[in-house]
Amino acid sequence: MTSAVAQGNVSVPQQARGRRSSLTRSRIRSAWAFIAPSLIILALIAGWPLARTIWFSFTDANLNNLSDYEFIGFENYLANYDGEWLGLLTDPDWWHSVWNTVWFTLVSVSIETVLGIIVALILNAAFPGRGLMRAIILIPWAIPTIVSAKMWNWMLHDQFGVINDLLLRLGLIAAPMTWTANADTALWAAVMVDVWKHTSFMALLILAALQMLPQDIYEAAKVDGVSPIRVFFRITLPLIKPALLVAVIFRSLDALRVFDLIYVLTSNARDTASMSIYARQQLVDFQEVGLGSAASTLIFLIIAIIVVITLAAGRVRLGEDPR
Amino acid sequence: MADVVLKNVHKSFGRTAVIHGVDLHVRDGEFVVFVGPSGCGKSTLLRLIAGLEDITAGDLLIDGQRVNDLAPARRGIAMVFQSYALYPHMNVYDNMAFGLELAKSSKAEIDRKVREAARLLQIEQLLDRKPRQLSGGQRQRVAIGRAIVREPKVFLFDEPLSNLDAALRVQTRIEIAKLHNDMRATMIYVTHDQVEAMTLADRIVVLNGGRIEQVGTPLDLYHRPANLFVAGFIGSPQMNFVPCQVAGLGPGEVLVSLPGGGTLAVPVQPDGVTTGEPVTLGIRPDHVRIRSEGALGGRVELVEELGENHLLHVDAGQGRLTIREPGDARHEVGSTVRFDLTREFCHLFRRSGEALPSRTGAASPAPSSPNLSSSAA
Repeated sequence: MTSAVAQGNVSVPQQARGRRSSLTRSRIRSAWAFIAPSLIILALIAGWPLARTIWFSFTDANLNNLSDYEFIGFENYLANYDGEWLGLLTDPDWWHSVWNTVWFTLVSVSIETVLGIIVALILNAAFPGRGLMRAIILIPWAIPTIVSAKMWNWMLHDQFGVINDLLLRLGLIAAPMTWTANADTALWAAVMVDVWKHTSFMALLILAALQMLPQDIYEAAKVDGVSPIRVFFRITLPLIKPALLVAVIFRSLDALRVFDLIYVLTSNARDTASMSIYARQQLVDFQEVGLGSAASTLIFLIIAIIVVITLAAGRVRLGEDPR
Repeated sequence: MADVVLKNVHKSFGRTAVIHGVDLHVRDGEFVVFVGPSGCGKSTLLRLIAGLEDITAGDLLIDGQRVNDLAPARRGIAMVFQSYALYPHMNVYDNMAFGLELAKSSKAEIDRKVREAARLLQIEQLLDRKPRQLSGGQRQRVAIGRAIVREPKVFLFDEPLSNLDAALRVQTRIEIAKLHNDMRATMIYVTHDQVEAMTLADRIVVLNGGRIEQVGTPLDLYHRPANLFVAGFIGSPQMNFVPCQVAGLGPGEVLVSLPGGGTLAVPVQPDGVTTGEPVTLGIRPDHVRIRSEGALGGRVELVEELGENHLLHVDAGQGRLTIREPGDARHEVGSTVRFDLTREFCHLFRRSGEALPSRTGAASPAPSSPNLSSSAA
């Protein structure tokens, strides 16, 4: 096959090749012309800040005077002063925020995936008022995070919150709980709000995948006498897997960068800080631009690695299980 | 293997009635084809038998058992879909084995059945492939294989060949006929292609508007259509219809006056028609004979060359007539031809569309088996 193509190329007359390549060249030129504006904008709004952040992470820059800094190599990350290890990688607060973020991502995205599939399956069934339901479930997602975080903050308030009031009346708790201040429950509260907000997004992506599925194979399964549960696990799930994977990656990216929800809900508490909150604190509160940039760079690397791993795993599965 | 009996079966979707009382008895081992134009209800009727749709009223019996309320899987049927409906993420082997895993068959049993079906359909070398790696014809074989391994009492085919190209369609048609001969299973087959219907069927059921127009052997329908609809639907090119009037009645024949002048004695039973009544004369393109001394004439409007024969579309003054003649055309567009209608092959239809019964031994072969359970439209 390849050799046949190669031979074909060789036998093309010189003149014809020249003509074709001039056409190809002009096509490539116009392609670049079309792509150039977005490339320039991307470089300006994404490339430049990213490069600057990475550069700052190797300096001792301070927010007081950003023009006066020195290159200090990897000292923001790890340094040894008189036999004592210092730097970001030795800071327990940093590692705690990493753990918080990863835990938050794993738990919330898992719950959202399962609930999203259930909601999507329900919305995929034909019932009266389905169009309205699809619009309604999108409402939490349409509310800005800062608003919903504040809203939930009030509902979870230890003295005036409706949730404590409700649970007290039902007799499920004896005394008001400090949901968002207690380290044991604060992250769970954040997970709950995130699930409330993002399940509909997940459901919508999965619903789109469900509606692409051919209907005839479900009739074939009916004739084959396959039980609904088996149909779901053996037919529906494998077929929506590619779309599901994309949805999970989208949500994981969001969750790994979580900032506003936890920041507002738990009032910037140290116990529940996410990676982004840690980085902001170093940058703004402590004015340590160098250290904050180092944290930001690490966040970027961690997210990049996780996405690359997920994509690679996804592609392998896509290769085995294509539609 | 089993009989399939439909008793006054009705189906409505909401307020729209689509099947209006169908009675049919498909005998054990018989190959019955449902034909009809789009929207005639043939696919719906098949889906009712499969259990993919609920029967609104009436009874459906498979193998003597009333199955109206049984799930598809418990009716002893297998269905081959127009779109093949293969599970896209499973290979050919798993596609065929999937339905069997549920029947709690042993692994060895499943393996034996799948390999036997694959051998029968000559798809053994494809067992590891995914459906998307197969051609249309191969996919259709896998779909048929999936039906075979279930060892159903009744096979249901829903337009299985309509997604295949012409050559493959002919080939697969022959294979399905062979399969039926080998398995002697009851098969019900839906198609809109009358060639498939004619070649495959033991009996054809012609449906129109949710009702059965006629049930009969292919040649029965061809030679003795019960009404105008069947006459027009079976046969290609279509039967010619000429409006005319009854001019007189004789024993075993009806004299009709043709619109262009002249009369023709058609050998059919008068069966109560009266002189002066308007009737429709039907004659197939093959039975119009070109003769220089022919009683009728017209101008050639179009010539279609088909190789082994040719079609002349003639404007006969009172409507268009199609004439099929062997060999190459000897007439040009615009020329005038004279022709005769072979009276033994003429059909007469009342204004209601119903055919007048033909005289025994006339244009049609001996009447087919007496226990045909046809239902009048």
